[in-house]
Amino acid sequence: MEIKLRGRGLVRGIVEGEALVSSQPISFLGGVDPATGIIKERGHELEGYTVTDKVLVFPHSKGSTVSSYVLFSMARRGTKPLGIVNTVSDPIVAAGCVLGNIPLLDKLEIDPTKAIITGDYLTLNATEGFLVIRRSQISNVW
Amino acid sequence: MYLSKDEEAILEGSRGEAAAIAMKLLVTIGDIFDAQRLIPVTSAQVSGISYKTIGDEGLEFIEEFARKGAAVNVHTTINPAGMDMENWREMRVPEDFAQKQERIVSALQKMGAKPTCTCTPYLLPERPKFGDHLAWAESSAVMYVNSIIGARTNREGGPAALASAVIGKTPLYGYHLEENRTPTIGIHVKSNLENELDFSLLGYYIGKNFPDKIPLIELEKSNLNEVNLKALGAGMATSGIQGLYHIKDVTPECKQRVFDVCERIIVERSNLSDVKESLSEQCSPEFICIGCPHCSIDEMEYISNIAVKGRFKKRVIIYTSRHVWSIAKKRGYLDRIINAGGRVVRDTCMVVSPIEKVGIGEVVTNSTKAAYYLSALSRVKTVLKSLGEALEYARNGN
Repeated sequence: MEIKLRGRGLVRGIVEGEALVSSQPISFLGGVDPATGIIKERGHELEGYTVTDKVLVFPHSKGSTVSSYVLFSMARRGTKPLGIVNTVSDPIVAAGCVLGNIPLLDKLEIDPTKAIITGDYLTLNATEGFLVIRRSQISNVW
Repeated sequence: MYLSKDEEAILEGSRGEAAAIAMKLLVTIGDIFDAQRLIPVTSAQVSGISYKTIGDEGLEFIEEFARKGAAVNVHTTINPAGMDMENWREMRVPEDFAQKQERIVSALQKMGAKPTCTCTPYLLPERPKFGDHLAWAESSAVMYVNSIIGARTNREGGPAALASAVIGKTPLYGYHLEENRTPTIGIHVKSNLENELDFSLLGYYIGKNFPDKIPLIELEKSNLNEVNLKALGAGMATSGIQGLYHIKDVTPECKQRVFDVCERIIVERSNLSDVKESLSEQCSPEFICIGCPHCSIDEMEYISNIAVKGRFKKRVIIYTSRHVWSIAKKRGYLDRIINAGGRVVRDTCMVVSPIEKVGIGEVVTNSTKAAYYLSALSRVKTVLKSLGEALEYARNGN
């Protein structure tokens, strides 16, 4: 099944890939290892998961503005996420997406951390401002 | 967001790659906050200077930004570095750390930023004026300049402030707009605030309990001066996300407009004591660290007057800007402090220098901000004392 949601494109770009969803905020500084792309924050619901080449879905970031530089560094090392979908973006994640050239979309019609589940296949179009979610198995989430 | 033709052109690369990135960053942040346009700023204060806080990722970005031709367009000052840029060997800063720190500051200088290395840019000669629009990072400085001077800045992040320095503009939202500067809670303080620690505790209490409110503070008989107001804002910015406060009959916007608040709460001495206790641990530190935010010339004078009474039995480290340092040197304050066994360090502070790597595990300080971050960032145990009490402790040895 497939669903299309409109949103606000903040950093332009079009990408396609698998979703990795967190209902908790993410701190890139200290929370993600830029060398490997692995989430290392203890007790985080995505601890141990790799964000690299995933469309990362989370409510917003938390912590220091240095997190923006971490996203930039991940882009240089090839460990960055393909794209980011937020419930509502904040300046820290937005600056990081600009510096790392990572498409960023927020303010969807439905909260993306509830509408999307890890493993969904997403088309993120931050240039025109929409997201397509494809799910192979039938689920009662919708 | 509306962009002028000139701004559009910069976004497309008319002023080079670095300016295009900076413009894209400002436009994106403007979009988040539904800003209608960009406005000029008169200065920028960039945070994220210490290698300890920004690491290799920050160093990488700042160097690449400089390589791509980034150049500041307005008066731009920078936050403290991770070491005294001249006397880092004396501080026992590791060689590798020092090299990377020098690379960060020299890349920023190449862009045209002034190597002020202080969190108190409002104490420098180029002080902003009432109503000026600024793009300042460093939350304690944002508090001071918004509240006490009446200039207008949001609490910028390091990258956004750097982008504003390059473009000379900031998106028009938040504290730049008069309607977002009105107080949203009344704080009636029923205790006489005597010293900078009392003000620091009050700030921390307000930030922790009302993190996104703009307080209108009513004080009873209290000792209001630059040092105490500096401590109040720094404390509030540590535990809260607001960037502005008002004090009835004192701060400039209170003198221009009549403010009214619906919700009003009372703060008593016990509230302040609770904060003090929550930020203090049982220990008998060998080190007394003063200067968060950086010491002003008045504080340097006060410390030097205590220093002439006799040698310190404990290790006293005073942190200040290179600007205040050079005035204190001329006036003889430095010699007095050094002769008593104290040290005065420029360009850095206990929070952003690698204090834990040089064997400091327990500290007496007079700042809630320092206490909070020393524990959170460096796992250092802290005891809070006022400046007077801390220096007495240093002189008596207990």
